[in-house]
Amino acid sequence: MSPLKIKKGTSRKSAYDLKDPHADVIERHTLACIVTNEAGVLARVIGLFSGRGYNIESLTVAEIDHEGHRSRITVVTTGTPEVIQQIKAQLGRMIPVHDVHDLTEEGPAVERELALFKVAGKGDKRIEAIRLAEIFRANVVDSTLESFIFEMTGTSEKIDAFADLMRPLGLVEVARTGVAALSRGEV
Amino acid sequence: MARQMTGAEMVVQALIDQGVDTIFGYPGGAALPIYDELFQQDKIQHILVRHEQGAAHAAEGYARSTGKPGVVLVTSGPGATNTVTGLTDALLDSIPIVVITAQVPTFMIGTDAFQEADTVGITRPCTKHNYLVKDTEVLASVVHEAFHVATSGRPGPVLIDIPKDVQFAKGSYTEKNKASTGHYAPKLKGDIDQITALAAMMETAKKPIIYSGGGVINSGDSATALLRELAKETNFPVTSTLMGLGAYPASGDQWMGMLGMHGLYEANMAMHDCDLMINIGARFDDRITGRIDAFSPKSKKAHIDIDPSSINKVIHVDVPIIGDVAHVLEDLLRIWKSRGRKTQAEGLEKWWKQIEEWRAIRCLDYKNSEKVIKPQYALQRLEALTKDRKDRFITTEVGQHQMWAAQYLGFEAPNRWMTSGGLGTMGYGLPASLGVQVAHPDALVINVAGEASWLMNMQEMGTARQYNLPVKQFILNNERLGMVRQWQDLLHGNRYSHSWSEALPDFMLLAKAFGAKGITVSDPSDMDDAIMEMLKFDGPVVFDCLVEKHENCFPMIPSGAPHNEMLLGDAGVEDAIGDTGAVLV
Repeated sequence: MSPLKIKKGTSRKSAYDLKDPHADVIERHTLACIVTNEAGVLARVIGLFSGRGYNIESLTVAEIDHEGHRSRITVVTTGTPEVIQQIKAQLGRMIPVHDVHDLTEEGPAVERELALFKVAGKGDKRIEAIRLAEIFRANVVDSTLESFIFEMTGTSEKIDAFADLMRPLGLVEVARTGVAALSRGEV
Repeated sequence: MARQMTGAEMVVQALIDQGVDTIFGYPGGAALPIYDELFQQDKIQHILVRHEQGAAHAAEGYARSTGKPGVVLVTSGPGATNTVTGLTDALLDSIPIVVITAQVPTFMIGTDAFQEADTVGITRPCTKHNYLVKDTEVLASVVHEAFHVATSGRPGPVLIDIPKDVQFAKGSYTEKNKASTGHYAPKLKGDIDQITALAAMMETAKKPIIYSGGGVINSGDSATALLRELAKETNFPVTSTLMGLGAYPASGDQWMGMLGMHGLYEANMAMHDCDLMINIGARFDDRITGRIDAFSPKSKKAHIDIDPSSINKVIHVDVPIIGDVAHVLEDLLRIWKSRGRKTQAEGLEKWWKQIEEWRAIRCLDYKNSEKVIKPQYALQRLEALTKDRKDRFITTEVGQHQMWAAQYLGFEAPNRWMTSGGLGTMGYGLPASLGVQVAHPDALVINVAGEASWLMNMQEMGTARQYNLPVKQFILNNERLGMVRQWQDLLHGNRYSHSWSEALPDFMLLAKAFGAKGITVSDPSDMDDAIMEMLKFDGPVVFDCLVEKHENCFPMIPSGAPHNEMLLGDAGVEDAIGDTGAVLV
C-alpha cells in the first residue's frame, strides 16, 4: 500500500476534499475591502490568503479617509464559486474589516491599473514603440536618446496587451500598481 | 476629567472593571510593572503557573467551565511564544481568552532586544484578533475592546502586547462603557425566512436528526434550555460533537451519543440515513463528516452558526441560518409552534424503531478481562462512582483515553467537559483541570489522561500543590502513545515507530515529589477501592491506572470511509483504510 500515490483530482475515497481546485469552474473576482487603517492590517489580509491557500492576482492598498482611519484594499482573486464565497466570509469576520464588496458580483464596475514601461532601443524599433504608445494613449514620462518610460492607465488586459507589443521592441522593465476598482453608478 | 494612571495601573483597573477575578500568569522582565500593580491590590487573584502554555490552557479550562473569559499574563519573548499552542487551541475550539503579553519598550522594538519577539506577527494567525499598544492613552480602551471581541460573536482568543514603556507611562483611563466596541457587532438574530423554511422542513421530516455542537454551549444556558425544549417538543433524536457534550443530557431518552470518527454506531448511522439534519452550532469538522462526498447523502441540511465563514465551508447546506444559537432556536420554536407544532409522528416512530435496532448492536461493548484493567472498564467504574456528583467536571488530554472518556462518561449539563477538540493538544488536560478547579474550588475535577499527554505539562502539579487545588489526575497508563499505535496498527503494518516510551517515570514517586498523593492500580478487582481512595483524598492525586497496553478504540470510522462503514471491533481492521484515506489524519 502506498499512501502517497494519490491521483490529483480523486476525492472519491477521501475525508477531505482532495479535488483539484482547478478542475471546477474558476472565476476571477475583484473584491474591495474597507478596513481600519492601522498597523498590521495588510498583513492580516495577506496572511488570511496565504494561510488558507487562496490566490491573489493583484492587490492594492491605500488610505482613502484620513480622518476616519479607513483604507481600501482591492484584491483580485481567483477560485471556484465556493472558494470565493469563503474568501468573502473569512474577510468579513476579521475585526478591522468594515465592509467587503464583490465588485464582480455586485454589478458593473470600472477597473483600472496604472503601469510604467521602460523601453530601450534605437532606430525603427524606437519609432515603432512611440507610434504604438500613441495608439494605446500612453504618455511618455521620461525620455533619453535610447529609452522611454511610458505611463499608461487601463484595464489589466490593455496593459498586458501593450506589454506584449513592447517586448520585441526592447521592453526592459515594467511596474504595475495592481487593480483599483469602483462599482459603476450612484451607489 | 478622566482618571490619570500608569499603563500598568490601567491594565489592572480594566481587568477589575471587566469583572476578572483570576488571572493565570508568569512574570518576567518586561511584565514587571504590571506585576508590581498586581502586588498592590487584592481584587484579582493571580495563579502562578510553571510554564506559560499551562497558563493558556488553565485560562481555557476556567473559561469553558464558567462561560466567562479566561485571562493570561506573561512576559515578552519566550513568555509570549509559549502561549502560542494555547492560543491556537482556543481559536479552534472557540474559547474566549484574553492574553496579555509584555513587550520590550517601543524604542527597542525591531532591534533584536533581549527577550524580544514579534508577538503580534507570530500570533496573528492564531488569535481572533491581536493588538500592539504603543500609546498609553489608548491602552484601557484596547483592553476593554479585547474583552468585547473575545466574548462576542464566535468567541476566541485575543492578545494584547504591551511594551514596557507603555506600562510605565501615564495616560487617561477610558471607562469600560466609553471604550470603542461598536464596530464589531456580529448579528445575533437569524433570518426569519430561513428559520421558517427550517420549521417547514421539520414538519415533513420522517428521519430527522439534531446535530449539536460547541456553539450551543458558547451561546449560553438559554441555548441549552432551548435545545432541550426543541428535542422534547419534536421527539427528534439528538447527537452531538465532542465539543457539544452536555448541552443535551446523556440521560435523556433522545440522546444518541457522540457522533464522528469515534462516535457511536447509532449516531453515525442516523446521520448517514437521515432526511433532515439540523446542525446547531457545529462546523462539519472532518472528524465528523468522514468522506465528504458520501456524507449523509439523502438529507436536507440546515446549519445554524454565528460565524458566516462556517456556512458552506465544507458541506453545502440547504438552509443556512447565521445567528446566535439561543436567538435562532427561540425564533424557530416560536414559528414552529405558531404553525401548529406539526411533526410526522408515524415516520418518527419508524425512525426510532430503526434507531433502536442500531442501538441493539451495543457498539460500546468490549471484551473485559479479570487479569488486566481495560481502559473502558476503568472509565465505566469512574462513571459509576462519580456520576451522581452534580459538581463533577472532567478535563482530558488527547488520544484514545479522550475518545473513551467521551464514549463512557455521561454529561448532564454544559460546561462540565473540557477537552481539546479542534487542535488536539496533548498536555491540555492537566493545566485545564487547574483552571476549572480555581473557578470551582469545591467541585470534583478529574483530568482523564494518558501518561504520554500528561507528561507534556506535568510541571503544573507544582501549581496544583501551591494553590491546594485538589485535582484528580486519572491517568490511563498503557505505556504507549495509544492512538498513534492504533493508527500504526491500521495503516503501517503494526510497525510501532516511536509510539512508546521506554523510560516512563515512577508516577508514585512523581506524585510524592510534587507533594501530591499517588495511587497506583493494576488489578481490575482493586479498581473501585482505588477510585474511592482518590475521591476521598482532599488534595491533588496522581492516579496511575495501569491498563491493557494494546487496546484499540472502537467504534471507528476509518479515514476515507463514510459513516455507514464503521469498524466495530478488531475484526475487519485489515485494509480498512484505502490509499486515499491513508494520507488523511
